Amino acid sequence: MKIKLDLDKCQGHGRCYSLSPDLFDSDDLGNAVLLVTGELSDDQVAQATLAANNCPEYAIEVIA
Amino acid sequence: MTMEKIPVSDFATDFDHTDPQWVADPYPIMEDLRERCPIAHSNRYGGMWVPVLHEDVSAIANDTEHFTSRTVVIGAGRPGEDAPPAPIGVAPPISSDPPFHAIARRLMLSEFAPKKINALEGFSRELCRRLIAEMGDREVIDAAVDYAQHIPVGLIAKMLGLPQEDGDLFRSFVHIILEGVDLPQEERILAFQPVEEYFIRVLEEHLQNPNDDLTTFLLEADIGGMKLEDAHVFGTMILLVVAGIDTTWSAIGSSIWHLAQNPEDLARLVDDPSLIPSAIEEFLRAYAPVTMARLVKEDFDYKGCPMKKDDWILLGFPAANRDPKFFDRADEVIIDRTENRHAAFGLGIHRCLGSNLARLEMQTALEEFIAAFPKFELADPSGVSFSQGQVRGPRVLPIRILERS
Repeated sequence: MKIKLDLDKCQGHGRCYSLSPDLFDSDDLGNAVLLVTGELSDDQVAQATLAANNCPEYAIEVIA
Repeated sequence: MTMEKIPVSDFATDFDHTDPQWVADPYPIMEDLRERCPIAHSNRYGGMWVPVLHEDVSAIANDTEHFTSRTVVIGAGRPGEDAPPAPIGVAPPISSDPPFHAIARRLMLSEFAPKKINALEGFSRELCRRLIAEMGDREVIDAAVDYAQHIPVGLIAKMLGLPQEDGDLFRSFVHIILEGVDLPQEERILAFQPVEEYFIRVLEEHLQNPNDDLTTFLLEADIGGMKLEDAHVFGTMILLVVAGIDTTWSAIGSSIWHLAQNPEDLARLVDDPSLIPSAIEEFLRAYAPVTMARLVKEDFDYKGCPMKKDDWILLGFPAANRDPKFFDRADEVIIDRTENRHAAFGLGIHRCLGSNLARLEMQTALEEFIAAFPKFELADPSGVSFSQGQVRGPRVLPIRILERS
């Protein structure tokens, strides 16, 4: 599984980097920055799913 | 003087967000409208549409082609040509439309990003502790008056470089602007004068004595090498004071109101404060304080609703947050909810600029309050009263302290 972050949809709600700080950070404007690339470990999948499920703008997807 | 209003008999066709029934408890009304409408209408305020489903609130918030933000607080009647035009509006960037919106917003985002805001944690916590200390050993305190209302005022004054003791003034400004929706236009303008005079003086003082604060930041900021117009700086200052105060005051108050009535939730947070962040998101969902407005740009049919140019849209984020089609167990408060795409800070390009600040204030306010008072209850449930208008939260909240740490 991988994370897909759509920065065109991100509005800087900041839910992802609050909930899953190992996977996401904030840029200087408060928008999301993805910290990992490639295949996720099982634990990372859980963290990524948590972030995705709390993004009000549907900017995060966990994809195969 | 406020004119006596005719009580609403059917919210589906005669909606009014200032009606005492709605102010007292809007949630059953939202639920009823969701089943019957789902977009309510009213001829009040010159014509208004009220979506209550998440999908419609989201669609309209994201549709800047058909809906303008040039006026986001509903006034006595249609804004007409007198209202400040798009794309800048009276208080950028909240009142701005694309393409200017992105420019005005980008300017402010870094000042409200986590790095800047997190540095205020110590200040916020100290403020909360001082307010709690000032309560002494009183058995009954007012969590809205003695506590919640002072926290955002203190933070925004600190950020703008304004005296902490001006807090009472700011709250009166907010009242004039937000709760004065019933006043005729002429009275509103007159009432607005002290606000204008205050900020003009503040800006003059900062021009003479620049400081490391947001006011000086705005005065020195530029867009493409051009300094901001005076009206832009002034409008943004007003926005920061208005949008930053009774919103978070409401969110903190509603959270304490919930905990006072739900001792099992309070006990869980006292036992495990690491649950506070998810509880805050749930309080924001269930008791979202802010409802924004939009105006219809041109005559437009939205899902069979014949919307006319300059009709108001009351964009109910609180209603979206209680939509059972979007949220599981939408009417229950579940403090460890794991899927929570709430819209309390809006959706789309106008996402609340101050959301990081609001969360910091809520976090420190709740942590300090429950650490000091691990058990409390409503002292007088019928004495609790909520604000009227587009920002909802308790304004009188008598709390009986049952245990002090």
